[in-house]
Amino acid sequence: MAGNSQEYISHHLTNLAFGKLPEGYVRKHVGENGHVETHTLEHSEWTIAHSKEEAAAMGFNAVHLDSLGWSIGLGLLIMWIFRSAAKRATTGVPTGMQNFVEMIVEFIDNTVKEAFHGRNPLVAPLSLTIFTWVFMMNFMDLIPVDVLPAIFGAFGVHFMKVVPSTDVNITMGMSLTVFAMMIFYSIKVKGISGFAGELCLQPFKVSNPVLQAVFVPINLFLESVALIAKPISLALRLFGNMYAGEMIFILIALMFSAGAVLGLLGGVLQWAWAVFHILVITLQAFIFMMLTIVYLSMAHEDH
Amino acid sequence: MNINATLIGQIITFAIFVWFCMKFVWPPLLSAMQEREKKIADGLDAANRAERDLELAKEKAASQLRESKEKAAEIIEQANKRANQIIDEAKETARAEGERLIAAAQAEVGQEVNRAKEALRKQVSELAVTGAAKILGKSVDASAHAELLNTLTEEL
Repeated sequence: MAGNSQEYISHHLTNLAFGKLPEGYVRKHVGENGHVETHTLEHSEWTIAHSKEEAAAMGFNAVHLDSLGWSIGLGLLIMWIFRSAAKRATTGVPTGMQNFVEMIVEFIDNTVKEAFHGRNPLVAPLSLTIFTWVFMMNFMDLIPVDVLPAIFGAFGVHFMKVVPSTDVNITMGMSLTVFAMMIFYSIKVKGISGFAGELCLQPFKVSNPVLQAVFVPINLFLESVALIAKPISLALRLFGNMYAGEMIFILIALMFSAGAVLGLLGGVLQWAWAVFHILVITLQAFIFMMLTIVYLSMAHEDH
Repeated sequence: MNINATLIGQIITFAIFVWFCMKFVWPPLLSAMQEREKKIADGLDAANRAERDLELAKEKAASQLRESKEKAAEIIEQANKRANQIIDEAKETARAEGERLIAAAQAEVGQEVNRAKEALRKQVSELAVTGAAKILGKSVDASAHAELLNTLTEEL
């Protein structure tokens, strides 16, 4: 935990980015003697970013190895757990892990049955995936903030942001997929004209065709904003909550280096915030799932 | 907050996981659970039915027991009656047999008496003839005096 607090915080909030640095980019290294050495790239180069600035210079041609890695890893873990439970699923008496998995499945099944009024075999497994996966990604927040970065740091990995849901790419990736499904099912269920009608003929509806024509652009504008706000709010809600939670954990972690009294206080605060956060991570996972179900249910409703 | 290709990666990963879940996780789990639910419901039904059956069987057993007790009582009563009857019959037969034996004995005695009478009569008539012959001094011609002799025999 070297350096001042600003550096510490900023270090914790930087992703491990692998991307393409453009031609002519000037890379800076801090040498052994503390001098800053620079060298200019002659060709564009795929590499791991050594600083925030390098990551920013990569633009869209970069992948957050940590976010995506943890995300895929946690997803695989969940799928493995559920798949092994599914393989062992019998009509006999369930035990242990089987029981736990079936409890979750039943909970999701009931929630979907209550909230989703269409017929679609995709929604329940989608909800299960979202709930468990988002929960696991959020759960990484409860691991003390310095543990995993320290372990990876020992292997020479400079940046490690272990909570994938504090990366807006991850949450946005999920919400955009949900958004694509909303559009797809809206068109599939209502037809293109039905979907367009939903966008253009609400909320202002009049019987006079001329007056209606005037209202169409206004309706379209309002409905488009409402439609686009859905995936964005979905992604930013999860991201914002997790980012803020992570931030507070980092700030509490700062207290550990500020003397015994503050350190002890920090320990208590960390524990308290972690307990509170158990609620938050579950709730956020549930909200993400619930809103997905509701949005898809709306997409399936034909007026 | 850099938006970059991680977004695309997450979309692809998400799609794959959802597909996997839809294909290999959800259906077997749910079908197993529903099947189990059905099995449990069937089991409870069967238990209820068995309970009802048990109740019925108990009732049936009780009624059969009662019936058999009644029957046993009846049989005992009949047996008693029959025993009395047999005793009565035996008594009757014994009496009849006794009477018969007495009658037979009486008849035999009568016959014996008659036979004795007859013999006696015969002897008396012979004696009478012998006596008469002695008295008359000559033998009595049996054939000549047969009628007389017979009459005499009758009278004795």
